[in-house]
Amino acid sequence: MNLPITGTAALVLALLFGFAFGVLLHRGRVTDYNVIVNQFRFRDFTVLKVMFTAIVVGGVGVLVLHKLGRAPYDVKPAQMLGVTLGAALFGAGMVIYGYCPGTGLAAVATGSLHALVGLAGMMAGGILYALSFRWVQAHILSVANQGKLRLPDVTGLPDWAWFVLLAAIALIVFAAIERIERKSRPATPAA
Amino acid sequence: MTTLHSPTRSILTRPWSPYLVGAGIGVLSWLVFSLVEKPLGMSTSLSAAAGACAAPVVGMDEVARNPYWARHMPKWDYGMLFLVGTFLGALASAVAARTFRLEIVPTVWRERFGPSRAKRLLAAFAGGILVLYGARMAGGCTSGHGISGSLQLALSSWTFFLTMFAAGAVTAAILFRTRAGRRER
Repeated sequence: MNLPITGTAALVLALLFGFAFGVLLHRGRVTDYNVIVNQFRFRDFTVLKVMFTAIVVGGVGVLVLHKLGRAPYDVKPAQMLGVTLGAALFGAGMVIYGYCPGTGLAAVATGSLHALVGLAGMMAGGILYALSFRWVQAHILSVANQGKLRLPDVTGLPDWAWFVLLAAIALIVFAAIERIERKSRPATPAA
Repeated sequence: MTTLHSPTRSILTRPWSPYLVGAGIGVLSWLVFSLVEKPLGMSTSLSAAAGACAAPVVGMDEVARNPYWARHMPKWDYGMLFLVGTFLGALASAVAARTFRLEIVPTVWRERFGPSRAKRLLAAFAGGILVLYGARMAGGCTSGHGISGSLQLALSSWTFFLTMFAAGAVTAAILFRTRAGRRER
């Protein structure tokens, strides 16, 4: 098989992969406004569990594929001012909207009308960005651009060591979260 | 707990462990990285879609002339179809689980801000503006940076993840504080 798959076959895969993603987001309950907002209030750790597990599982697999020459890395440039400022706006917006772009789109499909209004807001945000792009590019994106750096480049710690570290952090943090959640959960009645 | 329903039905209807879902997304990323050499991403295509929204108003020529949209022209490409797929997948899952439900004012919002629909929708719109504007300034969202970039150990993406989380936590602390200043349990 010729990789990467392109053309019409890729478009079909886009629909299939997207479909799987949408199912996973819904089944993971991250299409629920309450779950997302409560994550930022530290009352519900579903979002963190989903994201962190995805990063560790995904990262280890992609690292292996990368070493086998089957998966190129393509990291976004570390334009430190743009990334930091953008992330701050994003984080605030995510709590006010109650969704991120992906979960918001998926939430519309589950019946969330306020997610739909927020989607219109996202379109407005996209238009505003395109209109302000020249200015942002000149004054923000160009500042402190470190290029396509990865954590192993910056720290000298190799890829595999990073994933051992992340997996260890995940296990410790998740174990602690599970213990906290078990304590605050009401006792289930005997079956 | 009653076990009157068959196992297949309960897999279709009940929510899944967040760890399993996360692992599923991880496996999905193996597929997309190796088969089509793309990340899992939403915000790039959504901003191209914004161009499609602007086109009926200013004309497609104006959109093509815009320095940002010139690089991210709205078209039915891989990214756009991934968005469509995501929508359809969530819809199918909600229908299968019978959790499809029209919602305007969610519980956590209502408990803090009351039942006003106008208030909720205004906040949703404003939040939506910030989310996509911020995502494009940062170069990605929770999918593109948060998952796809972080799993590649990208400096930009981990910066995004941690900053996003901190900003969100601060916003939530401000937005959902009670009048007494103490969080109700």
